[in-house]
Amino acid sequence: MNPNNYLILAGILFTIGAFGVVVRRNAIIVFMSVEMMLNAANLAFATAARTTGTLDGQVAAFFVMVVAAAEVVVGLAIIVTIFRTRRSASIDEANLLKY
Amino acid sequence: MNGESVVFWITAIFAVVGALGMVLSRKAVHSALWVAFAMVNLAVLYFTLQAPFLATTQIVVYTGAVMMLFLFVLMIVGVDSSDSLLETLKGQRLLATLFGLAFGALLLSGVASTIALRDNGLDVANGDYGGNIQGIAHLVFNRYLLAFEVTSALLITAVIGAMVLAHRERWAPRKTQAELSRERTFTSQVTPLPNPGVLARHNAVDTPALLPDGTPSQASLPKQFRETSHEDEAAKEVTS
Repeated sequence: MNPNNYLILAGILFTIGAFGVVVRRNAIIVFMSVEMMLNAANLAFATAARTTGTLDGQVAAFFVMVVAAAEVVVGLAIIVTIFRTRRSASIDEANLLKY
Repeated sequence: MNGESVVFWITAIFAVVGALGMVLSRKAVHSALWVAFAMVNLAVLYFTLQAPFLATTQIVVYTGAVMMLFLFVLMIVGVDSSDSLLETLKGQRLLATLFGLAFGALLLSGVASTIALRDNGLDVANGDYGGNIQGIAHLVFNRYLLAFEVTSALLITAVIGAMVLAHRERWAPRKTQAELSRERTFTSQVTPLPNPGVLARHNAVDTPALLPDGTPSQASLPKQFRETSHEDEAAKEVTS
């Protein structure tokens, strides 16, 4: 099977994730869209590993997963902190740095 | 059509459906479940890409840990928090749709027209050290050892950051059991407070219970869900 199909699927998923980041205003859903983009990148890495016949791509995807896990922990803690002070998870309301 | 392409087309369609469901569903909980669905399908795709270790990690780390963390945070923030359909920025949806279509066209035309990949397969690489996991372990603990060590610093930093961000100082000393029971018995509200959601349309924690005359009771809510303007009234309700 042509491995280009996997790359096209990764491109579609990345596009949907980017669209979600732009269009949604709930901070948690925006964050999930970022996760979807990271997953698409991982799929591209795994495809690259198969097409080159080496395992380096899979190791890269593994490191992406580690970074994503760390990022989720910190990001969700920030969202909870913002929710505590502003009582809202909407990204329109977080304008503390604006003025 | 061999087995791989059958699996690919089924799971690829499911993954795209899951991703679209995440973007299009209004409630955050539905979005989280759609993402978990898409991620499980991606794990199946990793199996077809001869990456069993990645597939297992995907299920354990992403659907097991990350998405469940999302669900826990959703329960803190309020399960009922859904986006309003009102656009605060004028024309945001239209522009975002145009951006998405243009970005997708750019990305896919690049992938489809310029790259012609050869499928070398991982049978040799996976067989070198007796298996996929052994091969990855060989790479991680030799060529990528430094990156692996730096990862530990990243994880420690993330843990400490999350603890610092989520930590709250205790301003007043903790009440003893005697003080609590005195507080409870010397007010007029000796019985427990009403539960959230009683006689209301939902039973979520952020839905106030309805009193017999149909007015919502702020006293039934946990403190962080009470409306600030009603806080004094809620306190009055309890004491009067």
